[in-house]
Amino acid sequence: HELLLFEALQEGLEEEMDRDANVCVMGEDVGHYGGSYKVTKGLADKFGDLRVLDTPICENAFTGMGIGAAMTGLRPVIEGMNMGFLLLAFNQISNNCGMLHYTSGGQFTIPVVIRGPGGVGRQLGAEHSQRLESYFQSIPGIQMVACSTPYNAKGLMKAAIRSENPVILFEHVLLYNLKEKIPDEEYICNLEEAEMVRPGEHITILTYSRMRYHVMQAAKTLVNKGYDPEVIDIRSLKPFDLHTIGNSVKKTHRVLIVEECMRTGGIGASLTAAINENFHDYLDAPVVCLSSQDVPTPYAGTLEEWTVVQPAQIVTAVEQLCQ
Amino acid sequence: TDTTPITIETSLPFTAHLCDPPSRSVESSSQELLDFFRTMALMRRMEIAADSLYKAKLIRGFCHLYDGQEAVAIGMEAAITKKDAIITAYRDHCIFLGRGGSLHEVFSELMGRQAGCSKGKGGSMHFYKKESSFYGGHGIVGAQVPLGCGIAFAQKYNKEEAVTFAMYGDGAANQGQLFEALNISALWDLPAILVCENNHYGMGTAEWRAAKSPSYYKRGDYVPGLKVDGMDAFAVKQACKFAKDHALEKGPIILEMDTYRYHGHSMSDPGSTYRTRDEISGVRQERDPIERIKKLVLSHDLATEKELKDMEKEIRKEVDDAIAKAKDCPMPEPSELFTNVYVKGFGTESFGPDRKEVKAALP
Repeated sequence: HELLLFEALQEGLEEEMDRDANVCVMGEDVGHYGGSYKVTKGLADKFGDLRVLDTPICENAFTGMGIGAAMTGLRPVIEGMNMGFLLLAFNQISNNCGMLHYTSGGQFTIPVVIRGPGGVGRQLGAEHSQRLESYFQSIPGIQMVACSTPYNAKGLMKAAIRSENPVILFEHVLLYNLKEKIPDEEYICNLEEAEMVRPGEHITILTYSRMRYHVMQAAKTLVNKGYDPEVIDIRSLKPFDLHTIGNSVKKTHRVLIVEECMRTGGIGASLTAAINENFHDYLDAPVVCLSSQDVPTPYAGTLEEWTVVQPAQIVTAVEQLCQ
Repeated sequence: TDTTPITIETSLPFTAHLCDPPSRSVESSSQELLDFFRTMALMRRMEIAADSLYKAKLIRGFCHLYDGQEAVAIGMEAAITKKDAIITAYRDHCIFLGRGGSLHEVFSELMGRQAGCSKGKGGSMHFYKKESSFYGGHGIVGAQVPLGCGIAFAQKYNKEEAVTFAMYGDGAANQGQLFEALNISALWDLPAILVCENNHYGMGTAEWRAAKSPSYYKRGDYVPGLKVDGMDAFAVKQACKFAKDHALEKGPIILEMDTYRYHGHSMSDPGSTYRTRDEISGVRQERDPIERIKKLVLSHDLATEKELKDMEKEIRKEVDDAIAKAKDCPMPEPSELFTNVYVKGFGTESFGPDRKEVKAALP
């Protein structure tokens, strides 16, 4: 059947709530309103107010409460109405969500999912256009995944809910209305696995979330120019699927990373380090990383566009790398 | 065991906010009185021993001691069951002991040994005991209160007829997240009991210098509260029993325990720059929680001075033995550095570059 990405997320969530009575949803306007991006639409009617919890606007406390509930075995799915708001819950996400399993010597697990929209693209201004994966990536004990298609959105949502680890699921404001045909039978995705988008021989392009589409746009041009790029959607932002990535590097010997994350301390910076550490001998050229500019995301449409990587820049970077 | 009922009057009346205070007459028994004495003396001895171990550099890092506040831990346990949950901040050794934790686990954890209650990975501030609903042991002031309210939510979700005691100090009482979590708990009628252990100093800042209103039992506004003499184990017991009934029926309540810590805030604080020695010795002489129980034991002829002294000697030996045993325990294996960061990944054999195959299976 054919679904939009937000519907795929909703379907995954609903299936898991049907399957496991311990799964509940909490966040601002997830219930009666139906979710600001409609991911929780209809769930309150079906599952009631105890399982679909409209919280007051207090990210710090409700995130902490979700984590506390998870310590007892519930599996809360906590929605940040916008990823940027989760900065108010940073302490809970880092010190409690990420570290409790460790500091308790393994006594407690924290099977929560923290999810919400982020990214640049609707002229939402600085606070609402964040890529918090760069902030969250160094928290030990947290897993991070980014969805990019209706298929993987549903599969990752289901896998994240079933995981015993705390998982942060990144969604992108510009991708909610993507349409795709997905299987009617049940499926899940592997949380730690990268997705081969386009196999190729000349260069490995690593990307995730919305930049996948800028890369694929560039790939069209590149193919017309005679290049054969391999495109991988890394999906798992922590830990990296170095198995898939490594095999690709061994084949192409060239790596371009395209991300929407901030240049300083971003996912691309960590990925560059991981590739250099693990696969240096296979590289014929230094890893190149295209990231967003280190600026607060501006409001004006033109400025916003220049903040993130554009397809033409990807084409140029590949041409230079393959010289 | 002698379970002859004894009725004991609390030292002071309760002061109530938006509720009718419970009676000052507390039901007890000779057995309970003797148990209180023994357990509190054990807690006191354990903390004094931890102080010595710290000075001998066998305990490092942070170490916050509970001596002076024992009546809170004891009275609370006497009113509830192990199905009721407790979560507290970093001054957690005695809460852990009260929940059934052993001296061996305490000293092993404090000395960073493998046999510690958190395998030596948590330290003084991170004691937990899942099987008796003790949720820790938390280092960030106030951040444990939302967790506690979340545990109370889970109790309501699972229809458990149990409550959660979320403990914090007078310093943490000024954290915004307390009020956020209290608001949600009140909205959702959660069985959450916020226990403010008011020892009157947030580190070295006196309560009146940090709180415009140090009447912490009233600071829930729309949430009822009770001010309790936290140096009187029986007052604490009565208040916790009252709070449990209240929480199950009507939702959250705040208990302010008026207590005192004899030690400084942590081991680096001599505890004498922001308060006078007279103040500390005054509390010891007039309000000491163990002395209070001791007087009750003697006045009810449940034991002689000598028998209590013998009991204390026994306790001292028990503590010394536990320390000796803990010292013999190995430090954690180097491989333990990497365990318990993640629970094994769902559907995959391992993480990262060493992975040989990828699996995604529906369990």
